Amino acid sequence: MSDSLLNLPHPYPGRLIAVEGVDGSGKSTQLLLLQRWLAARGYRVHFTEWNSSRLVRRSMKRGKKKDLLTPTTFSLLHAVDFADRLTYQIMPPLKAGMIVLADRYAFTAFGRDVARGVHPEWVRAVYSFAPRPDLTLYFRVPIEVSLERLLAGRSKLKYHEAGMDLGLAANPVESFRLFQSRVLDTYDRLTGEFGLEVMDATAEIKTLQKAVRRVVQAMLRHYDGPRDRKGRNGSRR
Amino acid sequence: MAPGARRRKRWYGHGLPYLKLGPLPGHLIVIEGTDGVGRSTQIEMLRSWLEVEGYAVSNTGWTRSPLLSETINEAKAGHYLTVTTFSLLYAADFADRLEHQIIPSLKAGFVVIADRYMYTAFARNAVMGANPGWTRQLFGVALVPDLILYLEIDLEHLVPRVLAGKGMNYWESGMYLALGTDIFESFDRYQRRLLEEYDRLADEFRFVRVDARRSVEEIQNDLRAHIAQYLATAGQLAVAPPADAGASRGR
Repeated sequence: MSDSLLNLPHPYPGRLIAVEGVDGSGKSTQLLLLQRWLAARGYRVHFTEWNSSRLVRRSMKRGKKKDLLTPTTFSLLHAVDFADRLTYQIMPPLKAGMIVLADRYAFTAFGRDVARGVHPEWVRAVYSFAPRPDLTLYFRVPIEVSLERLLAGRSKLKYHEAGMDLGLAANPVESFRLFQSRVLDTYDRLTGEFGLEVMDATAEIKTLQKAVRRVVQAMLRHYDGPRDRKGRNGSRR
Repeated sequence: MAPGARRRKRWYGHGLPYLKLGPLPGHLIVIEGTDGVGRSTQIEMLRSWLEVEGYAVSNTGWTRSPLLSETINEAKAGHYLTVTTFSLLYAADFADRLEHQIIPSLKAGFVVIADRYMYTAFARNAVMGANPGWTRQLFGVALVPDLILYLEIDLEHLVPRVLAGKGMNYWESGMYLALGTDIFESFDRYQRRLLEEYDRLADEFRFVRVDARRSVEEIQNDLRAHIAQYLATAGQLAVAPPADAGASRGR
């Protein structure tokens, strides 16, 4: 996909920061802390999250509930969600010079959808309209750690999170291990392909956040976007 | 030799790597043509005819998937789509019908009549200004049809037909492109561009052109003749010696 926008720096005055990682890697927590810090330093920040647009909510729900989703429709519905958020939530703040924080980006599709069996080149072509983030932090964590974290927070794993739709194993925990190992493998290949910044997500929260802020600060060195004099409390959305 | 092995169906692009296709003894026949040209009437008649001839028929229509149809209608009502989201929704609708309807029907030996196929997306996206290469890659998951019948019409014949039918609607007139100050003008320009695009696609993908300016019966007779000819050819290949199996049908 040489003509993919993901291969070129974007021309907009804002900055786009994405976080990636398997479920339970701690990326959302880290992004929240990053957002607080940026907002406190006066930056104008906009947050957007994977699979959150209203446009496909009904289809996604229906598909999941009735088990209608195939790897391809699953992938395309997420692409619709992404394209919709790109139009309304990512591009305007990026063009206005703000900092956009994206909890998951196209790389999630490259990892998960390929683990589900879609063709890697096809899914890259699908997302070829996505601008390249200025920085993508990949929170790398062994499966057992993410599994432990997820199970500590709630009683059971979600159906698709565990890759139950693939029929790899009847037991959700076992299925999670097999499915997320595949996702992890594909993520590892993506780090080189798209220059993801690998973060050791086994580190404790505070230490990890420090490392995150260091990398972000370096990326913002030449950034000259709108900034409030006094720090504000950033609010999500 | 398995009956489906005689004419291997091909993926248009990368296909669905996780699906083991196996033999597909059915037939995939596409009816293409612009809005209001009379596709559904013709398809209804084809269906009755084929069933009388002893073929099991499965119909599938653009944006009619159980997974997406409501979402697409809702989004159209809200007018907040871009060419990108539009295309992706169409592709999702298509993939849903492909995997849950078209492929299973082909496996079971049905004649699948598709009311529009990926070419509709190619034509519309070109008019809307989407990257044509991107649209085609999206539909890389599609199966190449066995026969594409194109109901070809000109604007002079299309306009009265549309007005006598459901009338000009917002989307079919391309009003979202803001091509004209009124719906008639917009319809005229939008459909003219669409027809030009279809014409290009007809050459590229070897559509069988059927003159749709004529009466319903005349069009139907032509369609039946083409389908009968195709089915006869497909049947002949079935009894041909193995050495000839897989010989290209020149499509």
